[in-house]
Amino acid sequence: MHILVFVKQVPDASQVRVNYETGTLIREGVPAILNPFEEHAVEEAVRLKDEHGGKVTVLTMGPPQASEALKQCLARGADKAYLLSDRIFAGSDTLATSYALYEGARKIIELEGDVDLFFAGKQAIDGDTAQTGPGIATRFDLPLVTYLIKINEINLEEKYVVATRLTEFGQETVKVPIPVFFTVEESLNVLSHSPLPYLIKAEKAKIELLSGENVNLDKQQCGLKHSPTMVKKAFTPEKRQRGATLSGTLDEVADQIASKIAPFLKKVS
Amino acid sequence: MGDIRYDVAIVGAGPAGLSAAIVLAKAGVKVIVIERGRFPGSKNVMGGVFYTDCMKGVVDDFPGKAPVERHIVEQRMWLIDDESYVGFTHKNAKFDNQPYNCHTVFRAQFDKWLAQQATGAGALIINQTVVTEPIMEGDKVVGIRTDRPEGDIMADCVIAADGVNSFIAKSLGFRSNLKKNAVALGVKEIIGLDEKVINDRFNVSGSQGVTIEMTGSLFEGAEAMAFLYTNKKSVSLGVGMIIEDMIEHNINPNELMESLKAHPAISPLIEGGETKEYLAHMIPEGGYNEMPRLFGDGVMIAGDAAMMVNAVHREGSNLAITSGKLAAQTYLEAAEKGDFSADTLSVYADKLQESFVMKDLKKYKELPKLLQKNRHLLDKYPKLINDAAFELLKVDGISKQAKQRSIWKNMKQQIGFTRMLKDLYKIWRTVG
Repeated sequence: MHILVFVKQVPDASQVRVNYETGTLIREGVPAILNPFEEHAVEEAVRLKDEHGGKVTVLTMGPPQASEALKQCLARGADKAYLLSDRIFAGSDTLATSYALYEGARKIIELEGDVDLFFAGKQAIDGDTAQTGPGIATRFDLPLVTYLIKINEINLEEKYVVATRLTEFGQETVKVPIPVFFTVEESLNVLSHSPLPYLIKAEKAKIELLSGENVNLDKQQCGLKHSPTMVKKAFTPEKRQRGATLSGTLDEVADQIASKIAPFLKKVS
Repeated sequence: MGDIRYDVAIVGAGPAGLSAAIVLAKAGVKVIVIERGRFPGSKNVMGGVFYTDCMKGVVDDFPGKAPVERHIVEQRMWLIDDESYVGFTHKNAKFDNQPYNCHTVFRAQFDKWLAQQATGAGALIINQTVVTEPIMEGDKVVGIRTDRPEGDIMADCVIAADGVNSFIAKSLGFRSNLKKNAVALGVKEIIGLDEKVINDRFNVSGSQGVTIEMTGSLFEGAEAMAFLYTNKKSVSLGVGMIIEDMIEHNINPNELMESLKAHPAISPLIEGGETKEYLAHMIPEGGYNEMPRLFGDGVMIAGDAAMMVNAVHREGSNLAITSGKLAAQTYLEAAEKGDFSADTLSVYADKLQESFVMKDLKKYKELPKLLQKNRHLLDKYPKLINDAAFELLKVDGISKQAKQRSIWKNMKQQIGFTRMLKDLYKIWRTVG
């Protein structure tokens, strides 16, 4: 089984501050980390590999420093890491990024063989768009399972996966054919403490480089020029109002709560 | 998977561990460094002055591309009182000659760079991994155990450069738990300011910088030192106090920092600045008398783990680097003999004794005790000296002779003539 995980290096959002005068983020001096959702994606991929055999490949697009994030994936147990890096990709929005990663993944399939499971985080903590993963899946015309919280069963002979995903109102368990694309939630698994040999291997490993030269690209779909997303306005959202405090006897409070949530319950049913 | 085997396993990627790793890797030794932080430097804190000389034999063209801030051309020493100070300043054009005597640095950047020199030389650095204990064969250290699965590393020799809390030194019984009176807590803030503002306020240009060391009665009779160092676009302002004194005087580090920031001599220097970072770390200040055993069968202790801090001259990282270097050289000599017994590794202690590291630490070895028993040295004297300076310089119709008499009388009242003589003698004996 070949598993390909798409990952992104992001600024540590917990350390990013906002310049309230300009509405922009202060990224200066903020350390870069592996997008947390993708840390769980790699963890799951390595677990599945350990259980069913096969290999895990990771791919990211970014500047040369992004190889640090790839190293982290290798330390978590991934077998091989590819960095897609070229000036031509600078300023890509989610449309252009998903195109570049699609072409990068096609190259990896050429080099490493067919992929059975594709993984990505549900979104990156810097942009929060949740568009790149689905974008790649669409280009491959693959079944897409977003917000994955559990892999219940993998049947490699009959080529299907039973998986549970989170929806707005609850959970949904689906049976999908392989190959399949997942975007994952953090609750998918608990990160394990990697064995020391993995870390040593990661430090010694060579990151495979992909660029505009060795990947087949339509340059009319790359970079800032071909990214149709426009930022119309950046603003600081209004602070959420604090919750109301209800008072009275237990029964009175229960009545108040019931009358408040009744309209929503009607909507759901 | 089989045993993980290296020639040398180093615990801790700080200045001591990394300089040992660089020297060893350059000599072709198979070396691994285990660091608990996310990257080397992520957990490391110091005031911020790094001396150039110790890098000889480690990174020869230092600073080269190393991330340094400003080179220091002026050093100020202040005895401070609540609202004043009496100071001594030394500025020298010679400090503008290369190689510079010292630079201010940020450890998060500096240690990362030093680590790159180590990996570049062929050392392997593993982050986010905690060493839990030495692996023993009888009395001999034969490796280290980490908190990771399959995490044992076997080695001919272990260099423990695991910092002030050194679990290795402790678990080997080389030293007991840290004493409250042998460790200081240092806190510092990095306060962002425009480069031009710093140049104007400190009367410097280009990459020139200034340091200020302070001590005095701001700190309510407790033994403490404070500092202000200029970086390119910020100043590092910090204060350190022996933990026992903090407990006794019921002072928390935050209050200490705030009273320092509010001091009339400091507040104009940091006015308009924005605090970018807040850091705290323990500083081993016990000096020579509190040093642990430095070597055993298959093991050497270096840097903060061995209490190698010269609190009087705010030196620590240069002692750490020198000790790491000497530990590495000792290993190379031992490897020629193929013998890593305590007997062979005792050369490490000899090398340290011959170096400035032990000579300086020995010179000031009685100082911690002196200050502990004579708190008034850091409390009453700075106040008296500040009062005296004020009296002498204030023009108010009183004759100078009368002023001198009144200062003298005040001193005798506060401390006493014989006591003053004794103090002078004691200070001379200790630091002279």
